Amino acid sequence: MKVFTYQRPGATAEALAAARTPHTKFIAGGTNLLDLMKLEIETPEHLVDVNSLGGHLDKIEATPEGGLRVGALVRNTDLAADSRVRRDYAVLSRALLAGASQQLRNKATTAGNLLQRTRCPYFYDTNMACNKRQPGSGCSAIGGFTRNLAVLGTSDACIATHPSDMAVAMMLLDASVDTLRPNGQARTIPIADFYRLPGNTPHLDTNLEPGELITSVTLPRPLGGQHFYRKVRDRSSYAFALVAVAAVVLPDGSGRVALGGVAHKPWRVAGADAAMKNGAKAVSDRLLAGAKTTHDNAYKLPLVQRTLASVLNDAKKG
Amino acid sequence: MSHLDHLNRLNDLKLSRRDLLIASAVTATASAIPGLASADAVAEAAPQANSTPAAGAASSTPVMASLKLTINGQPRQLQVDTRTTLLDLLRENLQLTGTKKGCDQGQCGACTVIVDGRRINSCLSLAVMHEGAKVTTIEGLGTPEKLHPMQAAFVKHDGYQCGYCTPGQICSAVSVIDEIRQGLPSHASASLTEKPLLSAAEIRERMSGNLCRCGAYSNIIDAITEVAGAKA
Repeated sequence: MKVFTYQRPGATAEALAAARTPHTKFIAGGTNLLDLMKLEIETPEHLVDVNSLGGHLDKIEATPEGGLRVGALVRNTDLAADSRVRRDYAVLSRALLAGASQQLRNKATTAGNLLQRTRCPYFYDTNMACNKRQPGSGCSAIGGFTRNLAVLGTSDACIATHPSDMAVAMMLLDASVDTLRPNGQARTIPIADFYRLPGNTPHLDTNLEPGELITSVTLPRPLGGQHFYRKVRDRSSYAFALVAVAAVVLPDGSGRVALGGVAHKPWRVAGADAAMKNGAKAVSDRLLAGAKTTHDNAYKLPLVQRTLASVLNDAKKG
Repeated sequence: MSHLDHLNRLNDLKLSRRDLLIASAVTATASAIPGLASADAVAEAAPQANSTPAAGAASSTPVMASLKLTINGQPRQLQVDTRTTLLDLLRENLQLTGTKKGCDQGQCGACTVIVDGRRINSCLSLAVMHEGAKVTTIEGLGTPEKLHPMQAAFVKHDGYQCGYCTPGQICSAVSVIDEIRQGLPSHASASLTEKPLLSAAEIRERMSGNLCRCGAYSNIIDAITEVAGAKA
């Protein structure tokens, strides 16, 4: 691991000031960042530990609009177990519990989960070309082993997927990401505008500015209905998704659906939501429109449709 | 350069495999000695992390930081390289080698310890981020003379073969019973609103972050089930 200096500020203003220095990173749970630092994929020269910032950052609070404001430092364990989340946003609890292991969820934070880097094996292997790790170096994944990689929203520069389960539920729920910009100004980014497609800048996962600090994630009013998070993976626990389907189904059969494991970001299509009453094929045709597959990952398209059919079938059973 | 060219160039170096092994052993020893011999000197000479908060670390000189925490009930005050993981602090700085390094990337669970009442992967956590923390390792759960009930149950049920993953398995197992008692839901819980059961399916899911390549899983579940039942 490269040498770095370390600082644990007690106030957000201090944290933001520290992060204005280039090559500085915030660290919270550290379960992904530290892994990447060991491999020297991430090489920060200065770490700003945000765990002591206090305030509202580690709380889950009701909003005046009837939703919930989830502090950036709320651990995945605590968010999944919160009684309001379990009752009103079950898809979020289910997504969190489908991810990682209890040891990791005990450390991992809400903001850190959103900011996970891809698990593309070519991003992790520093002997391989990767435009995300080293812009302009090429993409060894294209033409390589692509079984786990993206089928939607890909580019000639990158076919990586986003690994988070939680983010898929956040996308489904129309959450928004509350931040402080480096100059201290607050802003709110709808999650639909938070993640980027790879395009020709796959090194940028999100639209955050350098040094911008996530302070919370806000959930709008509960949707009601039945909540599902169906994750298909190579083993029944503790593995990343091959595909994941998050859905809310209302009593009249309408609802929403989002996919994980298929793109550079959690995947949601307005037209697919509108087709919910028309069954799994109609919905998945719209979700998967424009998909670009390889021999190794073409299985993801029928797998999405069948997983969705299973979810809609369960919804009918009530 | 083709692969063959590369091999030919390697041959041109005229080093036998034996020579190469000796040469690399000498190099490894030489680079290890200064670190061992002058650990204290480095601690004094190196920049202190807390005194240079925004400096950044463009050089390769280790950055040291002071750290106070409690390990197995014993207060400790240390100077550590900021890069030291909690796992390496335990094993290398404090010689608490019960906690094991398996994958060192959060995939195997061999390094599981309990920090402030919660189990974590000590390999994916920086030591300096645990100021004031209370850490319990396998050495703090029981002793050879007075085993923790979970340790005794693992022995009774043969919950291991090579034993390498066992300290992590036991730290997790102790936590699993706590988590179910607290009512924390899991992926295996049929309902999110009712209290989770102390069932084999729940225990298996909750133990999925601890791999056992010898495959002692069914005996591990038996051991945990017995302890959970005995305390219920």
